[in-house]
Amino acid sequence: MLTLLKKIPNKAQLSKIKALVFFLCFIPLFRLIFLGIQEDLTANPIEFIERSTGFWALLILLATLSLTPIRLLTRRVWQLQMRRMLGLWMFFYAGLHVLVYLWLDFGFSWLDISKDIAKHPRILVGFAAFVLTIPLAITSSNAMVKRLRERWKPLHQLVYVIAILAVVHFWWLVKKDIREPLSYAFILVILLGIRLYDKAKK
Amino acid sequence: MIIQKQSDIIPSEITPKEVFENKRAFLQKAGFGLLAGSATLLSHSLHAATLNITNLENATKPARAPSLIKANALGSRQKILNFTKTTYGADEKLTSYDDITTYNNYYEFGTDKSEPAIHSKLFKPHPWTISVEGEVKKNKTINLDDLIKLMPLEERIYRMRCVEGWSMVIPWVGFPLAQLVKWAEPTGNAKYIELISLVDKQQMPGANLPILDWPYTEGLRMDEAMNPLTLMAVGLYGEHLPNQNGAPIRLVVPWKYGFKGAKAIVKIRFTEKMPLTSWMKAGPNEYGFYANVNPQVEHPRWTQSSEKRIGAGLFAGRIKTQMFNGYAEQVGQMYAGMDLRKNF
Repeated sequence: MLTLLKKIPNKAQLSKIKALVFFLCFIPLFRLIFLGIQEDLTANPIEFIERSTGFWALLILLATLSLTPIRLLTRRVWQLQMRRMLGLWMFFYAGLHVLVYLWLDFGFSWLDISKDIAKHPRILVGFAAFVLTIPLAITSSNAMVKRLRERWKPLHQLVYVIAILAVVHFWWLVKKDIREPLSYAFILVILLGIRLYDKAKK
Repeated sequence: MIIQKQSDIIPSEITPKEVFENKRAFLQKAGFGLLAGSATLLSHSLHAATLNITNLENATKPARAPSLIKANALGSRQKILNFTKTTYGADEKLTSYDDITTYNNYYEFGTDKSEPAIHSKLFKPHPWTISVEGEVKKNKTINLDDLIKLMPLEERIYRMRCVEGWSMVIPWVGFPLAQLVKWAEPTGNAKYIELISLVDKQQMPGANLPILDWPYTEGLRMDEAMNPLTLMAVGLYGEHLPNQNGAPIRLVVPWKYGFKGAKAIVKIRFTEKMPLTSWMKAGPNEYGFYANVNPQVEHPRWTQSSEKRIGAGLFAGRIKTQMFNGYAEQVGQMYAGMDLRKNF
């Protein structure tokens, strides 16, 4: 894996890799649509869609956060060019996740939604995580990077907070069997740990 | 209700439904697995997929595993011959058999709700004995077939509300727990009844994980146990209980959250003190002894004021949760004067 990443793709290869990743990120959506047409979204389709979109948002977020550790381990930077695309895909699935919650789950009943958010810590942290992704998505264009200059980077470091909130959100959903959220927490600790280790070394 | 037509195909010629569904579940999981990127994240679903392959192979090769023939025969749908219909829930729209039997919280067979239907296929609910102990005149053990002969079976359609905020309408077949209590002859000291599920690590893969304090234990106050609504179910949709729904015998308490309904019950103990249930041990601030459905008492994770009805469709929205799940008239007086916020 590491030696593979050490190879530096040329421009044509890079655009192929990007296209492939883009296509891969579409599959979870296609799968949901396909299962929906087949009426195969389990006995509780709303929960299934919520879980699925939440899972993919978190997974893509972790993938985004793995690009810098790859740079630190391989001293290659080409993969960083996929950061924005992955980040936006994360935003897409997180947005779907929230939309399904607001619409299919709660029918845009704002009173019930605000009660649900206020009374349930897991919803509160999840909602906070999503709200924080919005400015990042808005400022993801090259024009915004130029406009914000040195303020862009600290703003986008919010992604670490988002990731921690997202893992906590999943953790608190689970009644008893914490193996799955624990594995995401473990991956996140490693991804953030590599960064901290690198900082400490400098 | 399901109306089954007599068929001239002998049962052994038909691909068992569970085998067919297994294959579909496996293909789904495998497809899902291809998408996931990280090996760590995958291990769980791959494990599940492997188990499915094993089940599939076992189920399609009965000749090499004679003991499985019986398990499969029992796992297939069998009608209950003698039961009377009642008016309970006659106006309710039933949740489909498929939804009731593929969406289960039964941690002994896995914590994902799709897992019990898959992992309980080889579970043997027959023969079965139930023992009665504690504050009783005499400890007793009885074979389930003999017990059922003593108890006239009836069908009752009950709403079931899960603490996770979803609900179903299920046509159970069973007998009132009160009849079993009378048969058990508790002493005057018996204030509570403890219902204990089977824990068999061989047959129940989930029981190998320390997720709950096994065996699964539930309890009722004596008056709750004697309430005419409290049912010991041995079937649903006029057929023997599927394994994933708690075969061969389970508790159904329709005005309480679903987790009160202990499955695969092997032991009933009468006690003077309030028993500590598995969920009370697992999360004392979340799951109380009473666990009455109550839209006014919030849960730290899930909204309790409304619920999603399984099978209602993507756009059906939520329905209001009713006090005592709509059974307040029959059970409300048992809790008169109690602070239900404290006794949640």
